[in-house]
Amino acid sequence: MTTAISLDNLDISYSGNRVVQGVTFDVAEGESFALVGESGSGKSTVLKAIAGLAPEWTGGMTVLGKPRGHGPDKDLARTCQMVFQDPYGSLHPRKTVDAVLSEPLAIHGLGDRSERIEKALRDVGLDRRFRFRYPHQMSGGQRQRVAIARALMLEPKIMLLDEPTSALDVSVQAEILNLLKRLRAEQNLTYLLVSHDLPVVGFMCDRIAVMTKGQIVEIAPVTALHDGAFSDPYSRTLYAASGG
Amino acid sequence: MTEPLLSVRNLHVNFPTPQGRVDVVKGVSFDLGQERLGIVGESGSGKSMTGRAILRLIRPPGRVTAEKLEFQGRDLLSLPEREMRHLRGARISMVMQDPRYSLNPVMTIGRQIAEALRAHEKLSRSATRARVRDMLESVQINDPDRVAKMYPHEVSGGMGQRVMIAMMLIPKPKVLIADEPTSALDVSVQAQVLDLIDTLVRDQGMGLILISHDLQLVARYCDQILVMNAGRVVERCAAGELDRATHPYTKGLLASVPRMNETRDELPTLDRTAWEGT
Repeated sequence: MTTAISLDNLDISYSGNRVVQGVTFDVAEGESFALVGESGSGKSTVLKAIAGLAPEWTGGMTVLGKPRGHGPDKDLARTCQMVFQDPYGSLHPRKTVDAVLSEPLAIHGLGDRSERIEKALRDVGLDRRFRFRYPHQMSGGQRQRVAIARALMLEPKIMLLDEPTSALDVSVQAEILNLLKRLRAEQNLTYLLVSHDLPVVGFMCDRIAVMTKGQIVEIAPVTALHDGAFSDPYSRTLYAASGG
Repeated sequence: MTEPLLSVRNLHVNFPTPQGRVDVVKGVSFDLGQERLGIVGESGSGKSMTGRAILRLIRPPGRVTAEKLEFQGRDLLSLPEREMRHLRGARISMVMQDPRYSLNPVMTIGRQIAEALRAHEKLSRSATRARVRDMLESVQINDPDRVAKMYPHEVSGGMGQRVMIAMMLIPKPKVLIADEPTSALDVSVQAQVLDLIDTLVRDQGMGLILISHDLQLVARYCDQILVMNAGRVVERCAAGELDRATHPYTKGLLASVPRMNETRDELPTLDRTAWEGT
């Protein structure tokens, strides 16, 4: 199996402050991998570095076999897309769903826009009448569906998911998690999911990396969530705090 | 149980819309003694509105009506605004969801807590400072003197929420309404904050209303649970008997949460059409 994302001894800084150090892991193609930890543990920063939003990093990073540069990368954007935590903040308030979804197509010069948008909306389970709505005319769950549709517009191979359901109600969370799981099966996507919610990770992922204070302390298979077989003391504390 | 602290009968809250007035809370009733009551529901179920209505925090054009809304035998609905202000904070207080938006960003933490105390009690400056210090210590802030001089942006979310709890509890209220007190916090900090609320509430013999969308969490920290959907209480039960819930909405809500030892391929979702309009 080929590797989708490979990080080797990655250090990430924000204006000189090193917030993540020595992160090394490989995500195989088609795998669903999770980064868990508390706020401030650096888990979202790792995603940002891969997406090109935190350019101050050193170490090795390859995405689908190609070394990743430091700046924004148009080719990378076609294969690797990100979904953010807060659907209330990540959609432009003055743009309709149609405008939001056609932007990536315009940037990459893709045709058949109308068909592609309709397909994306269908894929995420939104009715056609949502196409010309503004974000404020939709609920949180519907907005997150639009954010997922936007990420899917370029038919990426890898999805970076930053707490995709933590701003949503539990009942809506279930719908979005089902959607993400179905999309992964249908489109053979690779997921790198960041979450602080261990049960969500247990539902979505194959392997888990536990992060604290900018470092990965343990990489465990998802079955560790069933029996609590974590070797690191921090992982065990986190597991216990989540009611495991 | 003794005389209830808070007694609510047939509470209605409505707001005007172009289609006429819409009830967002439709006849909620409960009694609260020295116990912990949890109100659970999705967004829009009216749980927060219930909490706010008790404190008369619903501004016109919103309208609150009830057969009975009494706190320690006093009718809250007919109380003049002046007296209501004395009651708010001092006797019934409320912890809001997000400390980042609910604390004053340009006032030090110490001054904000002192302000809460001064609004209700006349104390000398040194006595005030001592009370603030004690309160910060009781919410497990290690270095109260240093923290009192800090501004809200200098502390973490968990600490901010503890500061807010300190602020709400310093006038020694009888009832605390906590509206999603931990949903802006990390799991590991969540447990700490709720344990803290729990101990303080028990020690001071207060009544607690915990409003949340998280059934498991409410079940862990409350004695009684009300499940709300579309403005109505659809289920009430003791926290220990949650697994024996009978209403399909409660069952659906319980089932849709991923479990730690998750083996289901798909999570059951709520079929919203099934009980809408019931």
